[in-house]
Amino acid sequence: MDKIKLQINGIDCEVEPGTTILRAAEQVNVKIPRLCYHPDLPAWAACGICVVKVEGSPKMLRACATPVGPGMKIVTHDPEIVQIRKAVLELILSTHPNDCLRCPRNGNCELQKLAADFGIRQVRFEQRVAQIPEDDSTKSIVLNPEKCVKCGRCAIVCQQMQNVWALEFVGRGENTRLAPTGDIQLVESPCVKCGQCSAHCPVGAIYEHDETERVWRALQDPERYCVVQIAPAVRVAIGEAFGYEPGTVLTGKTYAALRRLGFKAVFDTNFAADLTIMEEATEFVQRFVHGKGDLPLITSCCPAWTDYMEKYAPDFVTNFSTAKSPHAMLAAMAKTYYAEKMGIDPSKIYVVSIMPCTAKKFEITRSKEMYDGDRPFVNVSLTTRELARMIKECGIDFAELPDEECDSILGNYTGAGTIFGATGGVMEAALRTAHFFVTKRELEDVNFMAVRGLEGVKEAKVTVAGKEIRIAVAHWMNNIEIVLDRVRAARAKGEEPPYHFIEVMACRGGCVGGGGQPYGADDEVRRRRASGIYQDDAMSAKRCSHQNPYIQKIYAEFLGAPLSAKAHELLHTHYQNRPVYTR
Amino acid sequence: MAYKHFILVCGGTACESCKSGALHDNLVTAVRQNGLEGSVQVVKTGCFGFCEQGSVVKVLPEEAFYVRVKPEDAAEIVAEHLVKGRPVDRLLYKVGAGKLSSIDDIPFYQKQFRIVLRNCGLIDPENIEEYIAREGYAALEKVLFTMKPDDVIEELRKSGLRGRGGAGFPTWRKWVFSKDVKADQKYIICNADEGDPGAYMDRSTLEGDPHSILEAMTIAGYTTGATQGYIYIRAEYPLAIKRLEIAIGQARAAGLLGENILGSGFSFDLELRLGAGAFVCGEETALIASIEGKRGMPIPRPPFPAVRGLWGKPTIINNVETFANIPVILLKGGDWFGSIGTATSKGTKVFALTGKINNSGLIEVPMGTTLREIIFDIGGGIKDGKKFKAAQTGGPSGGVIPEQFLDTPIDYESLGALGSIMGSGGLIVMDQDDCMVDVNKFYLEFTVDESCGKCAPCRVGGRTMYNLLVGISEGRGSVADIDQLRTVAHAMNKASLCGLGQTAPNPVMSALKYFGDEYRVHIKDHKCPAGKCKALVTYSILAEKCIGCTLCARRCPVNCISGARRQTHVIDLSRCIKCGECYDACKFEAVQRG
Repeated sequence: MDKIKLQINGIDCEVEPGTTILRAAEQVNVKIPRLCYHPDLPAWAACGICVVKVEGSPKMLRACATPVGPGMKIVTHDPEIVQIRKAVLELILSTHPNDCLRCPRNGNCELQKLAADFGIRQVRFEQRVAQIPEDDSTKSIVLNPEKCVKCGRCAIVCQQMQNVWALEFVGRGENTRLAPTGDIQLVESPCVKCGQCSAHCPVGAIYEHDETERVWRALQDPERYCVVQIAPAVRVAIGEAFGYEPGTVLTGKTYAALRRLGFKAVFDTNFAADLTIMEEATEFVQRFVHGKGDLPLITSCCPAWTDYMEKYAPDFVTNFSTAKSPHAMLAAMAKTYYAEKMGIDPSKIYVVSIMPCTAKKFEITRSKEMYDGDRPFVNVSLTTRELARMIKECGIDFAELPDEECDSILGNYTGAGTIFGATGGVMEAALRTAHFFVTKRELEDVNFMAVRGLEGVKEAKVTVAGKEIRIAVAHWMNNIEIVLDRVRAARAKGEEPPYHFIEVMACRGGCVGGGGQPYGADDEVRRRRASGIYQDDAMSAKRCSHQNPYIQKIYAEFLGAPLSAKAHELLHTHYQNRPVYTR
Repeated sequence: MAYKHFILVCGGTACESCKSGALHDNLVTAVRQNGLEGSVQVVKTGCFGFCEQGSVVKVLPEEAFYVRVKPEDAAEIVAEHLVKGRPVDRLLYKVGAGKLSSIDDIPFYQKQFRIVLRNCGLIDPENIEEYIAREGYAALEKVLFTMKPDDVIEELRKSGLRGRGGAGFPTWRKWVFSKDVKADQKYIICNADEGDPGAYMDRSTLEGDPHSILEAMTIAGYTTGATQGYIYIRAEYPLAIKRLEIAIGQARAAGLLGENILGSGFSFDLELRLGAGAFVCGEETALIASIEGKRGMPIPRPPFPAVRGLWGKPTIINNVETFANIPVILLKGGDWFGSIGTATSKGTKVFALTGKINNSGLIEVPMGTTLREIIFDIGGGIKDGKKFKAAQTGGPSGGVIPEQFLDTPIDYESLGALGSIMGSGGLIVMDQDDCMVDVNKFYLEFTVDESCGKCAPCRVGGRTMYNLLVGISEGRGSVADIDQLRTVAHAMNKASLCGLGQTAPNPVMSALKYFGDEYRVHIKDHKCPAGKCKALVTYSILAEKCIGCTLCARRCPVNCISGARRQTHVIDLSRCIKCGECYDACKFEAVQRG
């Protein structure tokens, strides 16, 4: 189709058909202010800040939701428009606590920025803030309805992007709120703690359950031996909190910062990702080659996804890999293998995980396998955002830190471990090792490009030892049902499943786009973070989990072989049917 | 065997609440007891419109028009009028000293012109044969067998019919949008989510003539290529729902709905969808969301529902009154319809006339009729001989129209120019006792309550304006409040997502325009001239005028007036609830309001 010609503020421009006024304006370097709009989501058109004038239209139109038309003449800024936007903004502020200094979003709040951009010095209208209690029932995500600006992003993310339907509009008129459907506590809802609501919230109405104080206390406690691990996706995103471009790989500086915070040992979840692959690839070979267990095998390292499956797709319980997620495996190894080797009382070891994820906070207590007796293996799981705050609080000049190494013996990783942070990465890492397990030969080219990228569902066929493996990769949970439905359809007909191996990550882009990552992620940011991950992989000397000498060592010295009794005891878990409500 | 007499008993909701159901049953019994069942038929019809005078009964062929008839009057009507041939004088409607026996003599009906309400009060809405006998389904037959979709559109275009839901969008154009979209499925929706306070045009039409809507929707289906229709009606309209259900059943049985209608090969069917009564669900995108099972919240347009509507398919949404016009237009021709009304607004408009007016009721007048004709000729003027102050059209989305514009011919454009809107047809009349701040508060309270809460300007702005009005009505207002009202109103009008928020400030804006002084008196003098804003009113008794008749003391509901007979009375202000009963009761102007 031909491009559409139009005029914005008297400037001629040409855009693709279907482009909204908001997007078209960016092409002529005009930023139309907005609050409820988010590039991930369909325009909800709630806030009324982005109104513009279009010649011939008696009404002002919302730039976020209105597609351009041929010959349109648009005015994005004039005194009347600015006055209206300012009035709307003041109306919103009149129902907001405006206690920025005490807000978790101080400094990165979209409403605060708008108020600054508009030079708001007073709110002319009567201040009315609803008194509604916080909901911290999940201990992962906190809902603070008083700060809510009713932009609707969280509900749209929860329903349309994640297909979870935990959040909904309740009440009417001025009493409209975003709340768990049925106005219950979030923990009673089907919430899977993915935290995408918190990552998309423009203000401080939804945020991670902050546990930095607990970690500070543990670090001060001479009785505790605090160790820490960082997830694959943390290293390519944490820099954003310190002025780096998304995707900058900052592994060494992050290690250094963690040591300065006081951690006695700095481990890397990537090492445990290699360990996960050893278990999961073996599981796959068992099922695929030897017919022991259900196919397709489905990955289980994403806790939001496992929670979703137990609630919404319990017919796939037996398809799950029983392998624990990497950080849970690392914690189990820290409190057994590492403790033993270092001669430390495991009860003194305090494991902190730095994760891109809010659901990891839930995962660490989700079942009895997450505990060593009555003590959880992982003591605290912090998000990337919380770590960035701790670093700032401690006055560490992150950019000037030297690159440090992690602590052996739970730190060194291969490229396969690092790509766990991006959609398709677990699948790719598993295929690299499964290929070796089946053929006993190393791959010439370890790159499986078909599973990379932001396509919602990626399918491919891989031939290993003459046998075709059909794989599917789904991320951003609304895509998952598509894949599951295909499997269900085949089951219903008694046919062979359409896939042998399925990877699922709940968040768009995988963990790089996790709900605990620095704010402001869109597809461009996710792509750049993922490219950082793949760059880390490409730079690695070893790129397959089974090649990791420390992995070989841990099996030789401690675990025996993948799926051994000891491995089962420490590295595996199980899943069950826990429906909350049916759709 | 032909009937000699027909007794038409109004079965509209207003008359039903005056026990017209029991009246109907009593009439049937009386007819049987007198052995007249072979020559007299008792028919329960739809609304006559003259709700002020319910229950209404008309006897044909004499056209005797009985009003305020009670169930116990049935025996007398049958015995006197039908047996002895002597109309019951005491029940006949009278104007002044004279009595009127024919409906055509009644001023309430004289200036009316009935297209939409053509069958209301004439036929039994629960009997399809009576509708058919009044040319019902003739338009559908004509369309199916002699007209192409484009011919239908052309007639609508010539007719100049515009949407009666309020905005006045040309109906033919909406239909063309939908017709021209290629889609595997299209829908027709009838918007019967009437929600303006005091408005009941659509309810009465559905109660009195449900088949006219089914017929029009089927025609819309044929014209645009839709095979499924929905009538979205609020659950608070049980009688209309019942009659629609009966009508749908009868139409299906008669082959006028469903597969292969009248053997034409065209199929169309209808279902009811009950709304929970949220005002915002009258907005078409919110209505669609509600039918789809979602929370009723508007979404931005374009795309318009005619292009992408229910379940993402092209959907025509027209209001009840719009549909009711269509069979008549297609039978009598677009040119005929276009000859009625004004240059830009054709045909008639139904209004629900309420407020301080003598003849409350449902009326239908040609476009271009003046407000004065409606209020004084049809409506019989202001109650209790008081002075007209203003009329509000368009319900909570409209504005107040003061006396100097009473001679404006009513159409979409002229009402818009006055700062009001045509709206769906609510017309509320206010007199000297009504306070503009108070009336504005009433409407804003409604829109604030009915806001869906989605967009910030409406959700927050409405409440902000309302609270400012409360402050003004309680003597806490300041001149700066007027500026704030204007600022918020402007933002709501320009930045709200749907019509509800965009028009919610209209009543306040028009009142500031025409009754600005009244606002200023509230703010500067802390007085409410109409005596409605209780916080600004005190009552006292002037000693020199009080004769000690005790009437005020006896009327006072809280017994706060003391004084012996023939002595000056005194109001205990600490207990006075400012109801104004004493003020109204005093015959000597001794009670002062200040």
